[in-house]
Amino acid sequence: MSAVLTKLVEYFQFPFVRYALIAGTLIAFCSSLLGVTLVLRRFSFIGDGLSHVAFGAMAVSAVVGLTNDMPLTLAITVICAILLLRTGQSTKINGDAAVAMISVGALAIGYLLMNLFSKSSNLSGDVCTTLFGSTSILTLSKFEVVLCIVLSAVVAAAFILFYNRVFAVTFDENFAASAGTRTGASNTAIAIIVAVVIVLAMNLVGSLLISALIIFPALSAMRLFKSFRSVTVCSAILSVSCSVSGILISILGGTPVGSTIVAVDIAVFAMFHIISLIKGGRK
Amino acid sequence: MALIKCENLSLGYEGRAIIENLNFEVNSGNYLCIVGENGSGKSTLIKTLLGLQNPISGKITKGDGLLKNEIGYLPQQTVVQKDFPASVREVVLSGCQGRLGLRPFYSYEDKALAARNMEKMGITQLSGRCYRELSGGQQQRVLLARALCATRKVILLDEPVSGLDPKVTAEMYSLIENLNKNEGITVITVSHDIAAALKYADHILHIGKDVFFGTKDEYVSGGHAEYFAKEGGDGV
Repeated sequence: MSAVLTKLVEYFQFPFVRYALIAGTLIAFCSSLLGVTLVLRRFSFIGDGLSHVAFGAMAVSAVVGLTNDMPLTLAITVICAILLLRTGQSTKINGDAAVAMISVGALAIGYLLMNLFSKSSNLSGDVCTTLFGSTSILTLSKFEVVLCIVLSAVVAAAFILFYNRVFAVTFDENFAASAGTRTGASNTAIAIIVAVVIVLAMNLVGSLLISALIIFPALSAMRLFKSFRSVTVCSAILSVSCSVSGILISILGGTPVGSTIVAVDIAVFAMFHIISLIKGGRK
Repeated sequence: MALIKCENLSLGYEGRAIIENLNFEVNSGNYLCIVGENGSGKSTLIKTLLGLQNPISGKITKGDGLLKNEIGYLPQQTVVQKDFPASVREVVLSGCQGRLGLRPFYSYEDKALAARNMEKMGITQLSGRCYRELSGGQQQRVLLARALCATRKVILLDEPVSGLDPKVTAEMYSLIENLNKNEGITVITVSHDIAAALKYADHILHIGKDVFFGTKDEYVSGGHAEYFAKEGGDGV
């Protein structure tokens, strides 16, 4: 045990380990808050879809020759998120189909553009890093960590202030509109927050991890808890503790950080699922 | 003055009218049943009455101090709600969202109102239960309690008994009748069930190829009920 502790203490001497822990925890927290409403609205795959959109946008900015592709990427992704989410439950194309369409379309166009216009010699390498997180969680700068802290604070505050409206719009959009809630504005606000979180998180921890962070904690919490509030709280706690333990395990075991966190999330989901089956059996 | 008055209303989507020249009015304390075949524009009419959609032409006037968002709406269930983790209390309380204004959270009065309406619907003992685990009849009571939180004057029910068994259907109807008779709440209900419409409603609006609006007695004596029953109405 003490050997493990010594090793951890030793690793925490390095700033990049501390940064990874802070950023990982905060992103896990934000995405789990958004995850509950996204999963319930049948937008589980939006993390993946939007990261493909961001990939397409990066390709466009590379072709145009922008040195800093962040503003354009963010803008395009936010627009796509709004298009996907703001129409809400009254779309002609279902949520999952719309996400699939935009995701695959953006991926294809992005790759096509890169192929036609790329000046880089290592094309497949570029594509791979853009898709799976070019800057991994272990290479964060201090600025990125600060950005992450500020963003998380904003997302958490917005979520708490709009908690009742998020519930109302997610549960029953028509009723919410009839009761005078501005559903269009609420959906747009949710879409913008989702897009910002996904674009930033994608750069920080990779698109694979962000999708998992949105889906797993929410689904695990829904196995056992019966009210919206308890599901939200449980999913936030689960997400944060899974990320922390995933990061610690990856440090100790020398495994890749993102996939270790996802593995822990899967294990917790399996555990919750079994508990819910046992509880259901007794009833 | 009428609570809701519709004059020369034309309704539809994207400029294509489904219903034209619709005239009717609802007074305080009325029990209006809107009947019509599938595709006759019942849902469009509901959306327009709720202000979710604008009429193509014509106008809707609201009187008796009825505010813009003060119609308690009982919608049909959506797919999303089937596996939604929400407690009964949370669902009913969300009926108070129109009162929130700029406040982020529900006040003590909102919670008391939700509790009173749960009491009225006989679902107080279910308040901690999960909405998705309730029976169809219990779910409708929860949604009715939510609708009551949004209004003190008028409720609009979209197919309130669809998918319920006969016993629960009867209970639901008597619950609605009680709200109308004893609480003085105006009821507008949309239904396929012409038999129930004739039993409980005092006014009938029939939309479709032939439009009829009047009291139930006029509807029956005019022979409309039999005519529409022959034409393939579900009830009678």
